[in-house]
This record gives sequence, C-alpha cells and structure tokens, in this order.
Amino acid sequence: MTNSASADQAEQVAGVEVGEARITIPGMSEEGENLATAHEETEHSHGGLGESTVKAKSGGSRADRTTSLNVADFAVPTGREEEWRFSPLKKLGRVLSDAATQTPVTLKVRNTATGVTHGELALAQSPRGTVFLAADRAAVVGYSQTQTADHIKVAANTELSEPIFLDITGEAAGHRANGHIVLEAGNHSKAVFVMEHRGSADANLNVEVIVRDGADVTVVSLQRWDEDAVHVGQQDAEVGRDAKYKHVSITLGGEVVRLNSNVRYSAEGGEASMYGLYFADAGQHLEHRSFVDHNSPRNSSNVLYKGALQGQDARTVWVGDVLIRKAAEGTDSYEKNQNLILTDGARADSIPNLEIETGLIEGAGHASSTGRFDENHLFYLMARGIPEKEARQLVVRGFLNEIVQAIGVESIEDTVQQDLENELKIAGF
Amino acid sequence: MSTLAIKDLHVSIETEQGSKEILKGVTLTIKSGEIHAIMGPNGSGKSTLASTIAGHPRYKVTSGTITLDDLDVLEMSVDERARAGLFLAMQYPVEVPGVTMTNFLRTAKTAIDGEAPKLRTWAKDVRGAMEKLKIDADFANRNVNEGFSGGEKKRVEILQMELFRPKFAVLDETDSGLDIDALRVVSDGVNRAHSENDMGTLLITHYTRILNYITPQFVHVFVDGRVAEQGGPELADELEANGYDRFLAPAQA
Repeated sequence: MTNSASADQAEQVAGVEVGEARITIPGMSEEGENLATAHEETEHSHGGLGESTVKAKSGGSRADRTTSLNVADFAVPTGREEEWRFSPLKKLGRVLSDAATQTPVTLKVRNTATGVTHGELALAQSPRGTVFLAADRAAVVGYSQTQTADHIKVAANTELSEPIFLDITGEAAGHRANGHIVLEAGNHSKAVFVMEHRGSADANLNVEVIVRDGADVTVVSLQRWDEDAVHVGQQDAEVGRDAKYKHVSITLGGEVVRLNSNVRYSAEGGEASMYGLYFADAGQHLEHRSFVDHNSPRNSSNVLYKGALQGQDARTVWVGDVLIRKAAEGTDSYEKNQNLILTDGARADSIPNLEIETGLIEGAGHASSTGRFDENHLFYLMARGIPEKEARQLVVRGFLNEIVQAIGVESIEDTVQQDLENELKIAGF
Repeated sequence: MSTLAIKDLHVSIETEQGSKEILKGVTLTIKSGEIHAIMGPNGSGKSTLASTIAGHPRYKVTSGTITLDDLDVLEMSVDERARAGLFLAMQYPVEVPGVTMTNFLRTAKTAIDGEAPKLRTWAKDVRGAMEKLKIDADFANRNVNEGFSGGEKKRVEILQMELFRPKFAVLDETDSGLDIDALRVVSDGVNRAHSENDMGTLLITHYTRILNYITPQFVHVFVDGRVAEQGGPELADELEANGYDRFLAPAQA
C-alpha cells in the first residue's frame, strides 16, 4: 500500500498535513505552521517473517509509475498529479517544456588521478540510459534535450583518496540549461563525487550513477545556487552486487529546487544510504523526493532527510518512497524525515510512502516528524546548566549536523557548516 | 555544608482529563554527605519528585517549597538549578543528535563553573572518569546518548555527575535495566562522588538491589504521592522481604 504513515492517520504525520485531502483545503499554508508547534514523531516498523502483504491504497503503487525515455509518454503536468501536487508549476514551467538549452551550465571536473576519465556520451550511447529511467516530465525533457552527456568514469579496482569535484555553474539566470552526467564506478572501485551547483539558470540536470559490483561510491550533490535559480533533476543510481552507495543532497540555494534521488539494485548484498539536508528561507521552495526500489533480494537501504525552515512562505517538501517488491526477500530498509520549523510562516510537507509486497524481510520502517524545538532535548541540555539560548543553538546545530557528518568530505563539511551558520544568523540562532 | 529542603510539596500535571495531583504533600530534607533512598511502587510519584526538583516544565508545583540553602529553587529556571548545584540523573536520558559528547560535556562544565575548564586537565579528567566507569573512549566522539544501550546511557549520566560535581544529585531509577556489572560500576561512581565531593544523594529506586552497593542512611517509602514511612537501612531490608503490599493494602481496600 501507499502507506502515508498508516491509512486513516495518514492525514497527519507528526504535525504535518499529508494525504489526499490536504491540497483541497484552502489556506493550508497557515495550518502547516500551526500544526508545527507540536513536536511528535511517528514511527512504524514492519517486518519479520509472516507479515501479511500490504496493498496499495491510494495514489497507486510506485511500481505503476510511468518510466520512460520518450517525451511523448509524459504530459505537461497540471498540478493534480501525485508527483507534482506540491510543486510550484508556474515557476517550473520553464524547465518542463521540451526545449533546448539556451545557455549551458559549465562543468569543471577536478581530479586528475590515474583511473579517472572524462568523456562524452551521445543520446543512445551506452552506458548512458542504462540506469537512468525518467520518471516524470522534467526528467524526460532534460534527458532528451541533452545531446551530449558527460561521462566520468573511475576504472575498476581504483581507490581514489581524493574526491572528484564537479563544479557546475549556471551562467545565465532565466536561461534554460539541460544537462546529463553519467558517473560510473568500475568493479571494486572506491570514489567520492562532489557535484557543486552555483550561479543561476533554469537548470534541468539529470545524473545517473552506475555502481558496479563491489564498488563503494559516494555522491554529494550540493545546491548552492543563487537565489533566482530554478533546478529540477533526477539522480538515479543502480547498486551492484555487494556494492555500497551513499547519496547526500544538500540544498541551500535556489528559488525552486526539486530533486528526485532514486536507487535500485542490480543484484544482492548492496547497501544504499541517502541523506538530505535542506534549509529554506523566505520564498524558497525546496523539494526532495527519494525512491528506493528494492527490486532484488537481500539489499539494504537507509534514508534520512532533514530540513530547517525560516521566514514567510519558506516551503519544503519531502516525499520518500520505498518499494519492497515481491522478489526482494531479506530486504532491510528504513527511512526518516525530520523538519525543524524555526519561525512562523513556513511550511514543511513530509510524506513517507512504504509499500511492501513480501513479508519475508528483515525490516522496513519509516518515521517523520516536523515541528519546533524538541523540548526534551532542550530540557536535557538545560538540566546540565546550559542556558536556554545556548541550548537552542546546540540543538539546532546538532539537528543539522547529523547530515553534515554524513558527507564525509572534510573540506565540504566545513563550508556547509559555515553556510548553515550564515543561515542561522537570519533567524537569530 | 548545604541543605536541600522540600516542604509540603504538591505537584500536578495536566492530562486530557484535566489537572491531576501526583505529589500530595512531600516533606524531605537532605544534607550534604547524606544518602537518602526513596522507594515505592510504580506510580507513587517518585519520578515526579525527581523531575520537579530539576524543573521539568510538565510538572506544576501548586504549593510547597524547595530550597537549596537560602535559594528558592522553584523560582529558578532549569539551567539555573543545575548551576546552583543540583543534578538529575535521568531515568530516560534523551539522545541529542549531532551534538558530540565532548562538545556537550565541555559546554555544560563551562556553564556550571562559569568558566571554561582548563583544556589539558579537563581532557584528562574526562578520560579518567570514563575509564573508571568503563565507558569506551570512543564514546567521546559520539553524539550525546545516540545509539547508546540503556546501560551505557546510565553510565554516561553518572559520568556527568562525577565531572560536574553537584552539591546534590537525584538519581531517578538509575539502577533500572542495569546488569550486575553495570550496577556495580554505577554504584562505585555514586560512592566516589559522595566521598570525594561530600555530595548529597537522593536515590530513587524501585528495587532494593542497588542498596547492596550504596548504603543509604535514610529510607523513605513513597505511596500515592506521599512519604508513607521513613526509617533507616533496615526499612529497605523489610521491603526486600515483604514487598510493598503492606503499604498498598489500605489503598486497595
């Protein structure tokens, strides 16, 4: 089923309105704010032998979602579609049209280590399109409008000690820029890719990550756009046998950012983790969707997205889909989203969707919470003599730091921490 | 020599059914160096007393007083109470994501002492205290209580108690869920703080087991929000033998 935190209670996941009824109620942006004053956490666990199969209830199964590389398969969204209902389509119109690039983003690849190559791939040239499967209109037009994709390849058995930095810069605000990057890590290779987006554009940028057997890959996608940038993108990964994949999405800049981070498996023994951190200020719309497709047995996944919001009409959306297919026995998966609302006027939507088609799994859990400060954290710190203001500062930094710690690239962690400090100054933390 | 005095304390909590009185007139005086055990069945208000002393916002004092020497504790905020020398070892220590133990301990110590601890001696103090409590050195780099087992969390509470050197510590069922080794380690920590810092201790427990390792001079039996009986260590022995039935019987009749 599409388990928006369990059928009837689906209308509220820990203080945040979710579910079908939500968008039909006018003035919900205020509601989200009011509900946010309570801090609660819902937590569900499923799993163990013999659990009955859970069937799709509303919104259809994620398994039935159209995926294609053909533009004709995706109509221009109206806003009523499940995958578009939270998105500001007016502002996204310019990246949803089947239009060519006006001014391309520039890509600078830093890391000249042996075993790393940077090539190009034409539209139907393998391995381009072997992992990527466009799941919405934005992804398909971005894909098909990019004639030449960048292909960064790490040779088999190559262990890189330094990350490969991909500096992606938007060169013209309001100008359409399509792009496609293929990151390929050969068998038993180890690599960290850091994609850092700056500048401004109407960017439609897709990424596909090929994690071959036994490889260990981290992809960090940093959104440090200027405040007038629009960015849509789908970042797909396929995880090979006994391979490890970590995806970290950090979104701080941009007017509208809507990223889909997806993962599936090509065999068994794969481990995937997806982390996200977003900080929305007044007027920003930051939307993150993750989809873990447990399509084969004995793989694990862990998804953790955290957000902070401040200012009038700061808006975030997280939709986390996990699909455990019939074949995926022995799956172990967990997903969680937490949002911290720092001021009035902000709104966070948080929707964990868990579909389980087999009872023979290790575990499947999801949790979501949105609210103001956790009073229990504050009490604990204050009970150790720490004054309230300082305790709040510790709690909010700690909350965000959990994801920063997951980046694993010290230089990036430092600059992200500095960015977060600057964000926190705005609301006086 | 300090005195923590609780006089005729009445405490309520707000529930969906309205206000509910939990403590119905508790009077208790603890002096430096004394160890008082508070025992009682579940729901008797023991933990409410602990949380109220610490200033948890959920508990509303409707009448009575708590004073620390000449200070009115009830007038103080949660952090002020801690800085004045009160410590609560919590029954369920919370995890604070993203805040490392090292950062937390130093920040709290700085707040309590009013000045930052000297870097070199502090690191040594922390390491030494962790060793004595058999806490792995690696814990210093982990986030506060995150992923710690129940027993580890309790040890970390006692670690803080030893490092912060409070005048009075309230141990809220610190012994619950500990195996015998952990119980001994935790008890040693309490006895050290007691002998080295002349700490006054309010030991809240459901079981008499911990009293094999920590010897109270005073035992108070809590029933239905009041002290039903007071005595010396022999009272604990009697509870060990007979349980709480004697105290509960009239309430059930």
